[in-house]
Amino acid sequence: MKRKKITKRLVKNLLYVLKSDTRLLIGTSVLVTFMILGFIFPYFSPYDPKRWGQVPRDIPPCLKYPLGTTSLGQDLFWLLTFALQNSLILGMVVAAISTIVGVILGLLAGYGGGYLDTIITFFTDVFIAIPAFPILVMLAALFLGRIHILMLAMVLCLFNWPWPAKQVRSMMLSLKERAFIDTAIFSGFGMIEIIFREIMPLISPWIFANFINTVLVAIGAEAGLATLGVSSLEEPTLGTIIYWSLRYQAMFRGYWWWIAVPVGTITVLFIALFLIYISLSERFSIGGSKK
Amino acid sequence: MYIVTVWAGLTICFFLPRLVPIDPITVILSRVTAMGAFMDPETYTAMRKTLLQLFGLEGSLQEQYFSFLSKAIIGEFGISIAVFPSKVNDLIYRALPWTISLLATTTLFSWIFGNIVGLLVGYYRDKKISKVFQLFAIAVYPIPYYVLALIFVFVFCYTLRVFPLFGSKGIGFKVSFSLEFLSSLIFHSFLPALTLFIVNLGWWILSMRALTVNLSEEDFVKFAEIKGMEKKVILSRYIFRNALLPQITQLTMALSTIFSGAVLTEFIFSYPGLGQLLYMAVSSSDIYLLMGITSLSVIAVSTSALIIDLIYPLFDPRIKYEEKHI
Repeated sequence: MKRKKITKRLVKNLLYVLKSDTRLLIGTSVLVTFMILGFIFPYFSPYDPKRWGQVPRDIPPCLKYPLGTTSLGQDLFWLLTFALQNSLILGMVVAAISTIVGVILGLLAGYGGGYLDTIITFFTDVFIAIPAFPILVMLAALFLGRIHILMLAMVLCLFNWPWPAKQVRSMMLSLKERAFIDTAIFSGFGMIEIIFREIMPLISPWIFANFINTVLVAIGAEAGLATLGVSSLEEPTLGTIIYWSLRYQAMFRGYWWWIAVPVGTITVLFIALFLIYISLSERFSIGGSKK
Repeated sequence: MYIVTVWAGLTICFFLPRLVPIDPITVILSRVTAMGAFMDPETYTAMRKTLLQLFGLEGSLQEQYFSFLSKAIIGEFGISIAVFPSKVNDLIYRALPWTISLLATTTLFSWIFGNIVGLLVGYYRDKKISKVFQLFAIAVYPIPYYVLALIFVFVFCYTLRVFPLFGSKGIGFKVSFSLEFLSSLIFHSFLPALTLFIVNLGWWILSMRALTVNLSEEDFVKFAEIKGMEKKVILSRYIFRNALLPQITQLTMALSTIFSGAVLTEFIFSYPGLGQLLYMAVSSSDIYLLMGITSLSVIAVSTSALIIDLIYPLFDPRIKYEEKHI
């Protein structure tokens, strides 16, 4: 009974927040739509996304094939659902891992101080300054377009943890000086307790915003690699659809839908994610940056 | 810090290819034998040895590493596999001016323009035009460079057919300072430049706006307003001057992202810069060219960050490097 009430209140609050912020509302609804497309629709797909020649080739969007078909004989609509699934999973895996690693390192550096701080800060600064993309290209190219998608996710994590680490560290440094932390220390709280009870609630909105942003960056990076042809080319992702359509010169042969669908989806998805990100970071009045 | 960053980047460039079990020498040799050329085992071993020497793969890992580092510092990256006898340096130095000129102009213009627009949008934030600009920035900024590039190609080159699809200059032009050449150059680089410009612009507008909004709530700005100072003076001397500093820091940190984006944009427009070269290297699995480009981009990006750091005191009188600030 009590739990029901709490859930009800939570839903009410959530609806209220969504109603009061148009940007959040638009962003979330688009994201939810894509999530449904990506995580539920693939189970109803009549085709295997990896197989070619399932449907007649190069048919423009019509009733039977709502988004047309490709030169490889794939139904673009169903292909897109699989691609969304893969891209979203990739983005979320990368975002989750790099946010967790980054936050832990940032907390350690900010709270621990001393040598630990020096070492962690050093590595974060170095990794922020190194241009990630050529290195990613090099690594992915060495696998000759057959890199596994999870492997790719791990590599992307390598370049996405420093930003949360840096931010959390600086937040931690300013929080550490506040009086309530001293109170907590004098009340006999251990370090872990302080971090989870006193600090986490303050920085968790920022962590969530950063998570959303990293999803965006990771999907973008994978699509960029795929455009060059060094991603996991057999798996359908938003990037690999672009790759194959460029490979088959879809634009010049007049099959505009083949390239317009992934490009349009990426654009809409990214604007939605970014809307969520900025409305979150403005709500908690934290200066944000895409990194 | 600068030296360490370069060193770390170069080290990654060196060790990554060695983690992957693909031997470039075998690739070359198999390419030769695949053509149908016959080689007896002795020639094969001899050739293998020459190639090993040529690519600096002799000796232990440490020896290779140090020779790679010392060569990379003077800008020697070995020999390309794809365009076999030519040096990686020559290929890179042919592409580099294009990339640098494209990047420098677009980054500078978008930074300046974005800051000014962001300042005005932030200060007059209730006007309609400010909201339009903000909406534009929000809509444009999250789009990756290459996606915008594809959209531009689709709209301007394919549908409207206004702009040419490839290259940096008309066919048959030689590099010179004639008016004809320059106009052809601008015409051909307009779309890639526009892509880079617009996406960067979105970010600079957004961050400058946020800074301005915060600053205009500050007491000293409020005081200046009450004192009846001219808006122009408040904007330029009070707000702009203060907001500029974080924007410069942002620029140094954004450099690597901008560079990465530019590489892909160049590839999509077939602009003869590093992006095109990178694609060639990838498609022919030319490890040395890849290593060269990657090492060079690490060096280039950190050097430009260093330069911005060094001119920072010009904008911030509080910082002097003699006092060992960092």
